[in-house]
Amino acid sequence: MSEPLRLQGISASAGYAEGPLFDLDRIAIAYACKENTADEKAALETAIDIATGRLAALIKIADGDAADILEFQIAMLGDDALSGPAFAAIASGHPADAAWRQALDVEIAGYETSDQEYFRARAADIRDIRDQVLRALTEDGDIQAPRGAILYGEDIAPTRFLETDWSGGGGIALKAGSAASHVAMLARSRGVPMVVGLGVLGLGNSPANLAGIALLDAEHGGIVLSPSKAEIDAFRQSSSSFFARRDRAGIFLARPAVTKTGTAVRVQVNIADPSDVDGIDIATCDGVGLMRTEFLFGKTLPDEETQYRAYRKVLEWAGDKPVTIRTVDAGGDKPVPGFTVEEGNPFLGLRGIRLSLARPEVFRVQIRALLRAAVHGSLKVMFPMIAVVEEYRQAAAMFAEEQAALATHGIPQKMPPLGIMVEVPSVAIVPEAFAEAAFFSIGSNDLTQYVMAAARDNALVAHLNSVRHPAVLRLVAAVTAFGLRAEIPVSLCGDAGGDPASIPSLLEAGLRDLSVAPAQLAMAKAAIADVSIQARPA
Amino acid sequence: MSASAEATVLITHEVGLHARPSVKFTKLAKTFAAEVEIALAANGPWFDAKSIVKVMATKAPKGTVLHIRASGAGANDAVDALVELVRRDFDEGADHVRTA
Repeated sequence: MSEPLRLQGISASAGYAEGPLFDLDRIAIAYACKENTADEKAALETAIDIATGRLAALIKIADGDAADILEFQIAMLGDDALSGPAFAAIASGHPADAAWRQALDVEIAGYETSDQEYFRARAADIRDIRDQVLRALTEDGDIQAPRGAILYGEDIAPTRFLETDWSGGGGIALKAGSAASHVAMLARSRGVPMVVGLGVLGLGNSPANLAGIALLDAEHGGIVLSPSKAEIDAFRQSSSSFFARRDRAGIFLARPAVTKTGTAVRVQVNIADPSDVDGIDIATCDGVGLMRTEFLFGKTLPDEETQYRAYRKVLEWAGDKPVTIRTVDAGGDKPVPGFTVEEGNPFLGLRGIRLSLARPEVFRVQIRALLRAAVHGSLKVMFPMIAVVEEYRQAAAMFAEEQAALATHGIPQKMPPLGIMVEVPSVAIVPEAFAEAAFFSIGSNDLTQYVMAAARDNALVAHLNSVRHPAVLRLVAAVTAFGLRAEIPVSLCGDAGGDPASIPSLLEAGLRDLSVAPAQLAMAKAAIADVSIQARPA
Repeated sequence: MSASAEATVLITHEVGLHARPSVKFTKLAKTFAAEVEIALAANGPWFDAKSIVKVMATKAPKGTVLHIRASGAGANDAVDALVELVRRDFDEGADHVRTA
């Protein structure tokens, strides 16, 4: 038995699954050439039939636009004009998979180059057809994922999701993927656990890693391979408690969050990408407590217009509810090519506001986009990794300068309330030194790792990395109490805010304002409803 | 017995001859024995109206004048029926009763 292997990604659909891994990418390289052209031809014919049959089966469970597209795909597959070039290539000696791929790629290119958006979008449908047939070609018999398997691979097509029988459990673990993808939405609506972003190295492809049972914890975004007995037991406990909570949680989603003793708690959502809000009903939350902006800085530094549009979209979605946008928090575990620097100890290095102040030309672009977007809703802006008040003053001064510049040019803008993240212990210990900030938002992930000196991405010290350690909770309580006295709103936007196990301690510490991942909204409200608290601590 | 027919019709559908209309169009064309072809101009090039690959490849947008021609048994009926289908906006939206 090999060593347990743990990987951390991002939860795209909360839940738990325990089962064998099924390698989604294996089929792409498994085509075995046949002995002669007649067999190659027969192989392609069979594969087209299989793919057509699968699409026809999907039509039965699809409706509306999805059914229309499937019908279109079936019609395409049934058309000799589509397969003709592939059969011609086979006749001249090419293997079926290469012949099909090449013929379809020509067809796809024809759509991709269309000057009409509608026809360009059809390229994806043809690619799907191409891959369906390639899959049928390369799988040599039945390699349907066994029931209850965890589908593991680079990414997953919507058709693959739809045709999988999820009634026996199972889940999805992707090396790449996105929580905003179509499949992720399907997974959430069907309650299929899914984790994305496990990394390009993924689990590796050694058979030892892919064999055996895997534990998919899509509540926290992790997967364990070759687990120990103790890990399996702990996993099953978390799993059954999750499902019990989820069953009860549904009814809480649409209600305002209130404790058992009648205290109202504001629950906002954390988002990472503007499209995240598409799947959220604004009526179920009190606004956006944290909008990350690192996603905009993925590959290149985003221009002002791109940022402005992204911020505006979320502000307009939220209506008159507040949206708190955090200025770019690159560095640490979030490197950005061309922006962050290589460091020996990045969590203690040039990250967050430190990096923004060191690169004012980049920061000012974001500031202008935020000032302009502010007129479209109830915007609040906060700075990450503030350690000394001078950083706050410097950033606030840059906001004032950019506001004046925009005003000179007659560009609509508005100064939002400027607040700070409370995540460096120097702030949590002496909050009164930061009383000029408009609000505090406790970043419990970083605060915990800095107070406990335990990296949050290191499984070896995971037992130390707990927000419920008395040292962390005492700081949370002190900051909250100071905020109450000084009339500075205090909220919390770390993962702990959505963790049912931590919520009682956080409310006990005086917090009444939490921001959680959208998928945790219902469960967080349910957990709040279970808490009995008396009067607010003085 | 051989016949031939030709007609033109204006595509009024909002997106043009896209996926769903193309499926309907080719399905209907296939119900006729005649050879049926379409073109975006009177002098061609002409494409097999029974092939969805070819029909979609014309990427005909709204406002296109579609040329339809047929030859062989039932050529007239084929052209009439296809013209009707385009005129009815491929029966999208309201329910229509087939009259042909």
